[in-house]
Amino acid sequence: MSTESNKIAGEGTGTPIIKIRNFDFAYGDSQALFNINMDINEKEVTAFIGPSGCGKSTFLRCFNRMNDLIDIARIKTGEIQISDVNIYDKEVDVIELRKHVGMVFQKSNPFPKSIYDNIAYGLRIQGVKKKVELDEVVERCLRSAALWDEVKDRLSESALGMSGGQQQRLCIARALAVQPKILLMDEPCSALDPIATAKVEELIHELKKDYTIVIVTHSMQQAARVSDRTAFFYLGKLIEYGQTDQIFMTPRDPQTEAYISGRFG
Amino acid sequence: MTSTIETITSWTFRLATYFVILCAGYLFLDIAVNGSKAVFTTKAPFINVAFLTEKPQTLHVFEPKEIDAELKSSKAKIVSLKAESRNLGSGETEASSELATQIEALEKRIKALDIERKAGRLMYGDNDYRALTEEPSSEQYVYSNYAYSGGGIGPAIVGTCLLVAGSITIALILGILCAVFLSEYSRPGKTLQLIRLSVLNLSGVPSIVFGLFGFGMFVLFFDWGVSLLAGWFTLAIMALPVIIAASEESMRAIPKGFREGSLALGASKWTTIRTNVLPYAMPGILTSSIMGVARVAGETAPIMFTAAFALRDQLPWEGLKQPTDFFFQGVMALPYHIYVVSSKIPQNEYTRNMQYGAAFVFLLIVGFFALSSIILRIQVRKKYKW
Repeated sequence: MSTESNKIAGEGTGTPIIKIRNFDFAYGDSQALFNINMDINEKEVTAFIGPSGCGKSTFLRCFNRMNDLIDIARIKTGEIQISDVNIYDKEVDVIELRKHVGMVFQKSNPFPKSIYDNIAYGLRIQGVKKKVELDEVVERCLRSAALWDEVKDRLSESALGMSGGQQQRLCIARALAVQPKILLMDEPCSALDPIATAKVEELIHELKKDYTIVIVTHSMQQAARVSDRTAFFYLGKLIEYGQTDQIFMTPRDPQTEAYISGRFG
Repeated sequence: MTSTIETITSWTFRLATYFVILCAGYLFLDIAVNGSKAVFTTKAPFINVAFLTEKPQTLHVFEPKEIDAELKSSKAKIVSLKAESRNLGSGETEASSELATQIEALEKRIKALDIERKAGRLMYGDNDYRALTEEPSSEQYVYSNYAYSGGGIGPAIVGTCLLVAGSITIALILGILCAVFLSEYSRPGKTLQLIRLSVLNLSGVPSIVFGLFGFGMFVLFFDWGVSLLAGWFTLAIMALPVIIAASEESMRAIPKGFREGSLALGASKWTTIRTNVLPYAMPGILTSSIMGVARVAGETAPIMFTAAFALRDQLPWEGLKQPTDFFFQGVMALPYHIYVVSSKIPQNEYTRNMQYGAAFVFLLIVGFFALSSIILRIQVRKKYKW
């Protein structure tokens, strides 16, 4: 059962913060996303799964308009509303949007600055200069990212001296510093070992209380562990979207079942 | 068999390398050894300050007439004796050895005379010469003069430093602006490729063409005259292709993640470039720029028509009617000075010091720039490492 064109997946299951309506997206002539309709609920973890190239990362990067960086990327039809504002409206300031919608990337990308400067970056570019304020935010963010105890004695050292897992958590902490409402995570654990992965997952659990999290992942176990709701994408289409338990236990669509049971992807 | 071929090939590479090192080494040593005679002295402070600071002057030489005449005749005699000895048959060993002893004696005499001549001669720079109340009598002395061979190369050093500093500033500003546009703002496509290709091709244009361009554009069309400003722009434009290409390259080498990470935090594009791209690209940009300008600063052709004077009495800050005149005055410059002293005056013991000294000082200046660019790169690299 594939999604019918105008049925909105996930509607009425909670308080939607992101609403996607009839969303078609293309790179030049090749269409990447087809007619997606879904609601993403506030303060929940939503996981996007699907085989490589199914468009889930592309879709995620539409939420903070990261695809603007690609010249040939364009939206054919439809809209994405965050807190009931169409983010592709001409009036919308993309800089404001990105402050509300933070992002953590697949490859951890701490800046080659000190740990402190990494966290403070988001505030400094907004013009915050007060040391007290910055100190306070740095500590709060590092605590939220469960990193404070590990790094509190070496805040002035380069962030590049940290381990891979710490770097990724630093990137999460950095994203938290600008106080976003939504946190997008693009395969945040794909380069991490199991222990570091477990820590990040634990962190996601913690962050759920305050933030809406959308996570793209290749690992179905991870999706099952961390998410409340899961969406399965295939070839640019939203195939199935529902409670994580339901998707993994009793998938309604044969394609979902085939993917989950490991027959393709 | 294969091992023989291996040995031969490896030795070919080795010898070629040795050959290059040998040539370069000879060149530098020759200039350093001969040049240091002009630059250094045996007495404290061991540096010939006058040579580095004074203006070029004509050297007036008075050589003792008698000694000079005897030297000339002895030299002529040696030549005739040598010709005679060549004309002797192979059997006349006695006569030939007789001639050889004569030549030897004459050569000894010449050496002695030469020392005497050096002790007895009088040398004056322009100032001293003019200050003389009475010229040495022409009955006792033979007079000769050599342009540029007295005094020092002070104005040329100052001029070169000014030219380099100005053109580096202009080239850096223009180069970084272009590189930021090419690497961050432009859309990839045929036009961009074309722009990049033409910028690269500019670096292959002969320097004399840049000189003529600068002459036509800045000196004549903008009516700046032969001036510092025209020289700055000509040199900067000549260095730009290298600087743009290298700067763009260093900016492209910055991982995409830094840009995305910064943008995702709500930074504008320019903020991202300013805080998260340019600082990390700076080591590469600075090194290439300084090296690029140091290379063009050594060119004579571009400044020949645009900025350089063969001789100027005043230092650039002397005799200015208004401050802006500073930019519209020609200066002396080392490369052009070297060209002038090596091609326009005879080479002999009186001029050699100046010729080698100027080349040596210039070598030191260029070496200083290269060294400082390396140090700068290491320093900045330490600060921003990823």
